[in-house]
Amino acid sequence: MKKIFSIIPIILIAISLNLVAQDDMMDLFDDGPTTDYTYATFKTTRISLGQSVENPANGNLIFDIQHHFGRLNEGAYEFFGLDQATLRLGLQYGITDWLSVGIGRSSFEKTYDGSVKAKLFRQSKGAKNMPVSISYFGNIGINTLKFTDTTRTDYFSSRLTFVNQLLIARKFSSAISLQLTPTFIHRNLVETNADDNDVWALGAGGRFKLSNRISLNLEYYYVLSKQTAKDFHDSFTVGFDIETGGHVFQLFFTNSRGIIEQHFIPRTTGDWLKGDIHFGFNISRTFVLKKPKEFKE
Amino acid sequence: MKKLVVLFTAILAFTITTNAQQFITKNGKISFYSDGPLEKIEAHNSQVNAALNTETGAIVFKVLMKSFIFEKALMQEHFNENYVESDKFPNSTLKGKVTNAKEIDFSKDGTYEADIEGELTIHGITKNVKEKGTFTISKDGIHGESKFMVKLADFDISIPGAVTGKIAEEIEITVDVMLKPYKK
Repeated sequence: MKKIFSIIPIILIAISLNLVAQDDMMDLFDDGPTTDYTYATFKTTRISLGQSVENPANGNLIFDIQHHFGRLNEGAYEFFGLDQATLRLGLQYGITDWLSVGIGRSSFEKTYDGSVKAKLFRQSKGAKNMPVSISYFGNIGINTLKFTDTTRTDYFSSRLTFVNQLLIARKFSSAISLQLTPTFIHRNLVETNADDNDVWALGAGGRFKLSNRISLNLEYYYVLSKQTAKDFHDSFTVGFDIETGGHVFQLFFTNSRGIIEQHFIPRTTGDWLKGDIHFGFNISRTFVLKKPKEFKE
Repeated sequence: MKKLVVLFTAILAFTITTNAQQFITKNGKISFYSDGPLEKIEAHNSQVNAALNTETGAIVFKVLMKSFIFEKALMQEHFNENYVESDKFPNSTLKGKVTNAKEIDFSKDGTYEADIEGELTIHGITKNVKEKGTFTISKDGIHGESKFMVKLADFDISIPGAVTGKIAEEIEITVDVMLKPYKK
């Protein structure tokens, strides 16, 4: 009798071990804490107008077509601004997962631009904890308008403008991402005495997902006071990202005519309150130049 | 006192034997493929966790969804963010059993048909599945292979209206794992 009692617990334990066997087997895979990096803080490399912390993926070439139409308050004669447009064509290429370069040309002052964007820190949790992603963005713009001012010498250096930005972003949840963008812009030559060569600005932007495929994006750039002439306003943009299977379209309303940072941050002339609103869009096409190793055969 | 000794020896013996019968991998391969009119979708994951207990026939898979690599980075992002929602449901799992384990001689080299039954969890939805696979036993270990179809709708993975009919509603899943004896 005693023997039987000593066997029963063994049998019970054996049975219970068998029942939980599959869950125990899952534990075999446990390697301790891992680092979970945040992805898709923003849907594209731009919030709407300005840069986001996202880079083109390693080996991807992105062809950008960006349009800002004329002002809505120009009325029916100008077809609410659609008769005119500022256009930028650009290319961006991801050299690595953290470094990308870009070139482009805007119709605004026939400006060429060359840029670089580098990821410095990535938001992560787990073994390595980092609350925000931080990237650097810099560009050089070259105005190539015909020189008409006969009172000045046409120096090449006078045509150059420089932008430096730190992009500091946090994805708070799958629905909300916010970004702060301290910006320093230098213009070698400015239009009037009231404009400083150096302009400091602070950008703030966010993405709010309305559904899995549509998000509302807001963007505002505050130019620190008295650095630009009085007729300039801060740039403010309300936009939407619309994802359709393989592509992302960005549609937006903004008071800025310029497409690159040196144009829309210190030189926005539109006033939202007066209805100086431009409709605009970004569309892009991605070409995979360097395939992931899983696809090389 | 004697009882306790018997008990502990039994438990110890049991754990040792189960360990000896466990085969595991952490870099198994799972690929999926679908050929819709709009998009051909193909992705590869080579960090698949799989384990098999040859005594009980218990078999488990644990697949980190973020480890699937797509040719287009944007597609990979859409897959994680909008289709399988990897932040909410990071892993897919299979908890199953090789129902004909008794007919397979895991100590003898050769290729055996395996019937696998179990609970497949993808996107937080669990479904009972019954699929066929093969085990090829050699001195290197147990090579498990299987190919089966999964309906996206079964796992509540919705295709956006704009591309309905352009993306296949059923995808083909290929499993390829090389299981080695488990050592602590």
